Amino acid sequence: MLQQTQKSLPRGDRSDPQAILALADISKTFPGVKALSGVSLSLYPGKVTALVGENGAGKSTVVKILTGIYQPDGGSILVDGVPAPFPTPQAAADQGVTAIHQETVLFDELSVAENIFLGHAPRNSWGLIDRKKTTEKARALLSSIGAALDPELRLKDLGIANKHLVAIARALSIEARVVIMDEPTAALSQKEIEELYELVESLKAQGRAILFISHKFDEIFRIADNYTVFRDGQLIGDGAIADVSEAELVKMMVGRDVSQIFPEREPSAGDPVLTVEGYAHPTEFDDISFTLRKGEILGFYGLVGAGRSEFMQSLFGITRPSAGSVEVGGRKVSIRSPADAVDNGIVYVPEDRGKQGAVLDLPIFQNITLPSLGRISRGGFLRLAEEFRLAREYTERLDLRAASLDTHVGNLSGGNQQKVVIAKWLATQPRVIILDEPTKGVDIGSKAAVHEFMAELAAQGLAVIMVSSEIPEVLGMSDRVIVMREGRIVAELTDTELQPETLVRHAAGI
Amino acid sequence: MLKRLIASRETLLIVAILLLLILISSRFPGFIAPSNLANVFNDTSPLILLAIGQMIVILTRCIDLSVAANLALTGMVVSMVNVALPGLPIAVILGIAIGLGTILGMINGLLVWKLQIPSIVVTLGTMTIFRGVIFLISDGKWVNSHEMSPAFKAFPRAELLGLPVLSWIAIFAVIVFTVVMTRTTLGRAFYAAGGNPHAATYAGISVGRSQFWAFTISGALAGLTGYLWVSRFAVSYVDIAGGFELDVVAACVIGGVSIMGGIGTVAGALLGALFLGIIKNALPVVDISPFWQLAISGGAIIIAVALNAQANRKKGRIILKRAEQIR
Repeated sequence: MLQQTQKSLPRGDRSDPQAILALADISKTFPGVKALSGVSLSLYPGKVTALVGENGAGKSTVVKILTGIYQPDGGSILVDGVPAPFPTPQAAADQGVTAIHQETVLFDELSVAENIFLGHAPRNSWGLIDRKKTTEKARALLSSIGAALDPELRLKDLGIANKHLVAIARALSIEARVVIMDEPTAALSQKEIEELYELVESLKAQGRAILFISHKFDEIFRIADNYTVFRDGQLIGDGAIADVSEAELVKMMVGRDVSQIFPEREPSAGDPVLTVEGYAHPTEFDDISFTLRKGEILGFYGLVGAGRSEFMQSLFGITRPSAGSVEVGGRKVSIRSPADAVDNGIVYVPEDRGKQGAVLDLPIFQNITLPSLGRISRGGFLRLAEEFRLAREYTERLDLRAASLDTHVGNLSGGNQQKVVIAKWLATQPRVIILDEPTKGVDIGSKAAVHEFMAELAAQGLAVIMVSSEIPEVLGMSDRVIVMREGRIVAELTDTELQPETLVRHAAGI
Repeated sequence: MLKRLIASRETLLIVAILLLLILISSRFPGFIAPSNLANVFNDTSPLILLAIGQMIVILTRCIDLSVAANLALTGMVVSMVNVALPGLPIAVILGIAIGLGTILGMINGLLVWKLQIPSIVVTLGTMTIFRGVIFLISDGKWVNSHEMSPAFKAFPRAELLGLPVLSWIAIFAVIVFTVVMTRTTLGRAFYAAGGNPHAATYAGISVGRSQFWAFTISGALAGLTGYLWVSRFAVSYVDIAGGFELDVVAACVIGGVSIMGGIGTVAGALLGALFLGIIKNALPVVDISPFWQLAISGGAIIIAVALNAQANRKKGRIILKRAEQIR
């Protein structure tokens, strides 16, 4: 069971009259799991409160309690200091609580205006939805947050950043007093993040309370006023951000000291492993040429939509290029499917690991051996002993702790699922590993572990391609960085050229 | 491990089947006599064969509505071949049935794989086409018992160690496909392609090809069943096994096969088919109108799906590491 050592924790100002919304002594238990034990959280008008914690700390559960999706087992929710249970999501919305999720929960087939006013659209005298008024009000709202979006566009035609703007406009349209932002910047480029910060400032100025959930410390220190730290479902600390240092926050979060320094590496440029020449696609990218060497970490930086992932998917055989050639180890190869890529020692760990990574209904060992089925079978029949040996070897190598290899991956925590996905690819004994946003949505403790691990892979002679939108990560990990913009390589940077400003300048084309 | 065994869908289904048998035997003790149970199993064998194929198809997030029509077309073709060439050995007849069924299944599979048409549309179309073809080749006429050769009719009834060949074929198929699903790369590919098509693609497994093979297997089993069906009932016409595809899908769903793909076992399909088979055979003997049978199978489907949905709902909620792992 969880240790109950943190009994006398700071409780926050739960009786403080100025908190718009507060949780007092909230507990929540799921079958076999204590998700939250006696946590408190206060949100004040005009203040941004950062909720910090590792994966599995209970952040998502808190969000679901605040939005009426889950009911707490104990404790109370206070609105303006008065107890107000949220038995349904509608009750939470009625109290002015709204959440902007990691993956926006909007409707692709509806227009921007319809999305903003869904459920509370202006009516005409017949009681029907007044389309004209809806569009006009949506336009006014969007321009009030500085978004030049056509309200009549279909939502599915927008990028992720614009979808966030629509979600925020929706929050404003229902007169939200409390806005919960669950990792809003995870999928945004640097420029879009800046715009989001400005928006948060304007929400603050309007006196709304904001709960900001993020893994990125620079972001927390930039926009948050208060912080609350959870660990393993318990409140570890809270207070004003001005009174705390980054190191202290990290320590509270993980319960131990974590160096945020990137692993020291001896860059060793070995023989070329992968040479790509003139790769092109009719719409996504053009004229991509580069060479990757043994033991090297090559960073791919660019804004969202620069064509990096699209190129990697093509290199991995998911989509076909219209022109170009690939050499692996000096031998020209033709990659027409992911199976060809794996056979040639190229593996791709996709960005969307939930969707593209693991088969949740299959046990751990079957997930790990999935791309290696050819190697562990003879004549189409699986050799189970061989399969278990392979799975055990790589779970041990990645320090994956689970009750048994038979455990279904869907029952593992996010961090362990990630380990399964990486183990699966390493088990194919690749020569080139492509990591697409390897630490996106990963908490800081696991992040350092992923970075360590990348360095280790490179040291073992693997060639690593890292697609990342996080500048510190790109600079901290890469030996060399290729910057892409609008589907083309615009710069290849090494040594002293590896500066944040240089990267941003090339990526944005200024 | 024991806990998991107790909670597994197959175990629950076995318990449900036993309860059903106890309930029936309380009103009609003769029902659970070994010879009668063997009869019920033999009677359910065609459903078992088709449910195995359907289970694999559903596993890959598809559905095969054309199985009964495939069965009827193959049945008509082999009975016409038998009328024209009565001396043809049964081995050849079996070869024709399985071969034709396989080809019909491959047509479904190719349409789903290469043209990316949703399987429900493809098989709804081929279902109608297959029935139409039967009418065309038979001119709407029946092939009757007296036209079929004695050997043709005798094969599924021939007894081997006390059980008819039809039953043995079902048992054999259960064993073969249990091995295929758990011990071969193809079986693993079915689970991966249905469980998470994106992840399967990235792992080098072609989802479309897996679906093609699923339809091919389903077609082959439907073809085999086609011969067994017409020879057992000693008649062949356009409408045989009409609507039987719904029983087959029902057997899968009752057997815990997830209609969302990725979850299902041969044992589940077998038990689902047996459950329906017992109901179908028991209702007449306990003197309940056969019309109730439809309502009862319908109720069983809904209960099974509701139970499965409940089981799945629990899964998504594990937020922290499991308590025992923390300790």
